[in-house]
Amino acid sequence: MALSKRKRAEYFRYSQYTLLVVIAVVIAFLADWEQIRTAFFNFKTMGDMFPNVITIALKNTLIYTALGFAFGLALGLVLALMKLSSIAPYRWIATIYIEFFRGIPALLVFIGLAFGVPLAFQIQFDIYSTVMLALGIVGAAYMAETIRAGIQAVPKGQVEAARSLGMSQGRAMITIVIPQAFRIILPPLTNELILLTKDSSLIYIIGLARDQYELTKFGRETLSRSPSLTPILVVGLCYLIITLPLGYLSRYLERRSGGKKVSVL
Amino acid sequence: MSEISVEITGLKKSFGSLDVLKGIDVTVNRGDVVCIIGPSGSGKSTLLRCVNLLEEPNDGKIVVNGVELTDPDVDIDLARTKIGMVFQSFNLFSHLNVLANLTVAQRKVLKRGEKEAQEIALRNLDRVGLKEKANSMPAQLSGGQQQRVAIARALSMDPDVMLFDEPTSALDPELVGDVLGVMRQLADEGMTMLVVTHEMQFAREVADKVIFMDGGYIVEEGPAAEVIGNPQEERTQEFLARVLDPTHHGPSDPA
Repeated sequence: MALSKRKRAEYFRYSQYTLLVVIAVVIAFLADWEQIRTAFFNFKTMGDMFPNVITIALKNTLIYTALGFAFGLALGLVLALMKLSSIAPYRWIATIYIEFFRGIPALLVFIGLAFGVPLAFQIQFDIYSTVMLALGIVGAAYMAETIRAGIQAVPKGQVEAARSLGMSQGRAMITIVIPQAFRIILPPLTNELILLTKDSSLIYIIGLARDQYELTKFGRETLSRSPSLTPILVVGLCYLIITLPLGYLSRYLERRSGGKKVSVL
Repeated sequence: MSEISVEITGLKKSFGSLDVLKGIDVTVNRGDVVCIIGPSGSGKSTLLRCVNLLEEPNDGKIVVNGVELTDPDVDIDLARTKIGMVFQSFNLFSHLNVLANLTVAQRKVLKRGEKEAQEIALRNLDRVGLKEKANSMPAQLSGGQQQRVAIARALSMDPDVMLFDEPTSALDPELVGDVLGVMRQLADEGMTMLVVTHEMQFAREVADKVIFMDGGYIVEEGPAAEVIGNPQEERTQEFLARVLDPTHHGPSDPA
């Protein structure tokens, strides 16, 4: 007799588990564990990296990301409002900006800001301004769309109530709509912060002094003087120290706001 | 000041090719309660929303307390502070607690000080019987409580006239009475009110004048007892028969 549907589903599940175990065993068998140990777990290199990996590199990554995020958020809000403006040229400018900076690699923006703008305008930004502008310019393009969606997600009745109480369009936007929009978009904005954290690694393209190193640059520098790949492992873990809690925060905020996003199997 | 609070003449409004209001004349005397009734799609909510220019009229003239709102040079934000509005869906500011809902416009628009604004807010919360909810968030309140807070919010601006756009239509039946009670009390205190409603009992007992609208026109208007108790127009009779005794009539469109 043919198997029942439920039985078949059960066997299918078992076969999947078996397959996964087999793949894991094969990989474990093929890997050269001695090599991996020496290449990634050189404890002397690890020891040498501390405390600078934390006090300089991790700290700078956080500072650069925060600067970029703050500037990007402000610029993104302006772009979102332009995109919703009744003045058509504002909408065009915002659309062009967003499409352009979402469409090119962030690395190009860094190069342009670090080398192109100083050439073209005869101005030299300091390191913090460059990073803030570069990360912010790229982040703003992504955040603008998120913020616009958030603003449009605020029920129309909220604006009508505000206007009926005598608030001007701008006043209603600032006092009523934007605060509610930000509650709605807090989870996606947190994700944006995670992306920016990783994008801050692109600063390596700019010449940095030793105390300006962020995690990736620090890792690469240590790597060049190290007999192993251990520095990469260490800075990778450092990124996770930042990004994992942000990921949890994002999901927590989403649950708390009763987000309808159900994880898809 | 004149005895006339709201004067609407020749009001027309269309959305695209759809004519919603086809020439409306309404006069509301100071201190009067005027109820607007009629089937959905008759334009009664649009009419109400034109009175504070939430909808921009295409033609006609609207004068509220001597200020012509349809004048292009009018300061509409200033004019709206004198026209309170209560919505079907309450529209409390969901990120602010009850007290802040009542003070935010007082502070930002009327530029009242914090203490004064709070005193006025608490006084009006007391009027609607919800003083103890001052620190609650809107989401923690029942629909009826939210609507009473919305009324208190509008009252906190010291309006000359209050507009109610189906204030009880979104409420559970057992909560309707609380809101109507507050409205009746307001009427007794002499507030000028323009009310779009399906509550015939309320209209009959509280309204000084009832307006029946259908198809973008005013079909019939007059004292509540006459329009509701003894309607002259066929369409009014039909509508009231359906509303007052809904189980004893066939489908409204026998086509």
